[in-house]
Amino acid sequence: MVQWTDFERATIQDIFSKIDSAVVGPAALSRCLIVYPWTQRYFGSFGNLYNAAAITSNPKVAAHGKVVLAGLERAVKNMDDIKTTYKDLSALHSEKLHVDPDNFNLLADCLTIVIASQMGQAFTPDVQAAFQKFLAVVVASLRKQYH
Amino acid sequence: MLSKKEKKLIKEIWERLTPVAEDIGSDALLRMFASYPGTKTYFSHLDISPGSAHLYSHGKKIVLAIAEGAKDISQLTVTLAPLQTLHAYQLRIDPTNFKLLSHCMLVTLACYLGEEFTPVAHAAIDKYLSAFAAVLSEKYR
Repeated sequence: MVQWTDFERATIQDIFSKIDSAVVGPAALSRCLIVYPWTQRYFGSFGNLYNAAAITSNPKVAAHGKVVLAGLERAVKNMDDIKTTYKDLSALHSEKLHVDPDNFNLLADCLTIVIASQMGQAFTPDVQAAFQKFLAVVVASLRKQYH
Repeated sequence: MLSKKEKKLIKEIWERLTPVAEDIGSDALLRMFASYPGTKTYFSHLDISPGSAHLYSHGKKIVLAIAEGAKDISQLTVTLAPLQTLHAYQLRIDPTNFKLLSHCMLVTLACYLGEEFTPVAHAAIDKYLSAFAAVLSEKYR
C-alpha cells in the first residue's frame, strides 16, 4: 500500500481544493494534444485538431478534459486505495479504449506543467515531488488491469 | 523537427533567461533532486543544498550552455562538441537523466513564465531540450 506523509497528503488535498477543474482539465488535455501530437490518435472523433488554436478552442477536448479531471478527483478522495478506485477505469482504458499506458505519463507531465504555471513559486520542489508521486500512483493504478 | 518560428521562439526565450541563469538553473536542479533522488548520486562532490554557491554556479553553467545552443540550433553539434566529450568520457551521466532534468527545466519555466509558457512554447522547448540531450550523448558509444 502507498504510504503518504502528512505533507504529501496535505499538499495533494490543498492543490485540488484550489484549482478550477473546469479550467485545469481542458488546459492539461489540450496541452497534451499540442505538445505530444501523436496522442491525437485516440481522439479521431473530436473534429478539428489541426493546430494549437483549434485544439484549445475545441469543445469536445474541453468536455473530455473535465471528465479526466473528475476522474483524478476520485483518486484524491480515495488516496489510500487508488488501485481499487481505478480498477474499472483501468480495464476501460485497456480493453475498450486501447490506450498505450505510456500516454498516461505524457498527460501527467502536462498536468504538472499546468499546475506549475498556475501556482508559480508556490509550486516548490517539494510540492512538485508530492504531486508527481500522486500522479505516479494514479498512472500505476491505471496500468494495473492491462494484460 | 523544429520550424523556423519555433527556433526563433526558443532563441528569444533563452535570451530572456540568460540574465537569471543562476536562478533558473538552480531551481531546475533542486526540483530534479527532490523528485528524482537518484540524480543526487552525480553530485556527491558538491554542496547541493538549497541556496548553496555550488548549486547556483552549476545551475548557471547548464542554463548558459542551453542558451548558447539556442542561438543557432542548426549548429548544435558544433556548439556542443566540447560538452559531448566531457559527458561521454568524464561525467558519464546516464542519458535517461537528461530527460529528468529537461522535465524539471520545463516545470521551472512554467513557474517562472506562468501563462506565457503557452502550449506552443512548451512544445518548442521540449523538442529543443530533447535534441540538446540527444546531441550531448552522441559520443557515449
